[in-house]
Amino acid sequence: MIVQTFAIASKDLRSELRTRYAVNALLMFVVTSVATILFALREDRVSTDVLSGMYWVVVFFSGTAGLSRIFVGEEERGTALTLRLIASSSAVYFGKLLFNCLQTILLVLAATVLYLIAFPEFVIRSAALFAATVFLGSLGFAAAATIIAAIVAKAQAKGTLYTVLSFPILAPLLLTVIQTTAMALDGAEFSAALGQFQILFGYICAVVGLSFILFDYIWKD
Amino acid sequence: MVSLTRRVIPPDFVCEKSVNDKSMAIMTGTIILSAQSLGKKFNRRTILDNISFYLSAPSSLALTGKNGSGKSTLCKMIAGILEPSAGSVSIRWEGQIGSAAQCIGLVAPYLNLYDEFTAAENIRFLSRIRSRMPNEKRFRILMEQVDLWKRRDDEVGTFSSGMKQKLKYVFALVHEPPVLVLDEPTSNLDDDGVRFVGNVVEDQKRNGLLVVATNDADESSWCSEQIHLGEHEL
Repeated sequence: MIVQTFAIASKDLRSELRTRYAVNALLMFVVTSVATILFALREDRVSTDVLSGMYWVVVFFSGTAGLSRIFVGEEERGTALTLRLIASSSAVYFGKLLFNCLQTILLVLAATVLYLIAFPEFVIRSAALFAATVFLGSLGFAAAATIIAAIVAKAQAKGTLYTVLSFPILAPLLLTVIQTTAMALDGAEFSAALGQFQILFGYICAVVGLSFILFDYIWKD
Repeated sequence: MVSLTRRVIPPDFVCEKSVNDKSMAIMTGTIILSAQSLGKKFNRRTILDNISFYLSAPSSLALTGKNGSGKSTLCKMIAGILEPSAGSVSIRWEGQIGSAAQCIGLVAPYLNLYDEFTAAENIRFLSRIRSRMPNEKRFRILMEQVDLWKRRDDEVGTFSSGMKQKLKYVFALVHEPPVLVLDEPTSNLDDDGVRFVGNVVEDQKRNGLLVVATNDADESSWCSEQIHLGEHEL
């Protein structure tokens, strides 16, 4: 299964490098939304709480633009049945999860660089805390996005359904990462956020575990 | 070797071919495809109901019936890409339960390859996902037989529908599957392509199991067994 998982992720990566559909959509959304926030704020100075909130709002909506493509693209091109024929459900799930993790990490890196350039108040005072937050946040975000994308791919209203479904599932994750990112910007100690990391770790385990159980039913329906 | 007789089986049939050879077939390491009480409903509409059959290699089965009678649905369930609402399909290969990914080659209009990859990349990537790297020699022979070897480094998106159909045959045959399922086997193919399919069919009938879903009388005559699928009431 591990070989199949990496083969599927590798196939998706090569496909993305060739078409650049999702990466372009994600990056353009990040640039557009950061520019819009910049225009709205002008000279106003904002708190770290607001900045970290806006940072994850950008990540959330940018993810909406690109991450759901992982299954929608397969269904639209008629290649989902081909994958179903040659790979186990678990290999498909973990392969897609792995690729979505890569995409999400790229997304948060792009958002971080843009924020550092655009907002002078966005200063990472606790680098380790920030890195751990965005890493765990990315994994949690990718885990939720993958299973939601699998559900959405089977539905008629693919465009709007992803946002509607993802918000309640991602709300606990967003609340936690916004809070922890604000702590990192304020320069809090790493140990002060251990409780939040436990929540993030638990969230990732719960979402991946439930997704693994549910995916077979969704994929073969 | 079991002598086969051609017969047309009505809806709600049971096709028990070579039942007496079942234990012998498993012992000698052949391939067996069986379906027990298969049924499929989409919402409240019954597409297939109580379909059972048993085939051991070498053998061939034609699935015929009107449009909407469930031929493609049955092909998908045999290939393991659609879950039945009732019953089950099983493949036994070398006396063990075989996975559809390893045992089945499927050519069908609804099974697409990746347009953004070249023909060679498609076969390589999909074989890697299948965990069976292609035999390069066999890949080249198949590509030459369908006259696509010179186009192996071209993106599939630039292929005509007939060329894509030929590439689907390469994809289905490159891992030498013991069970070959063909849904509308000659659609979009030119005369050379139809001849190639004829050769594939003859080879598969000799060495494995062949299932063909078609409305064409010539194509259904390739097979020794036939299942005529009927319509079901809503």
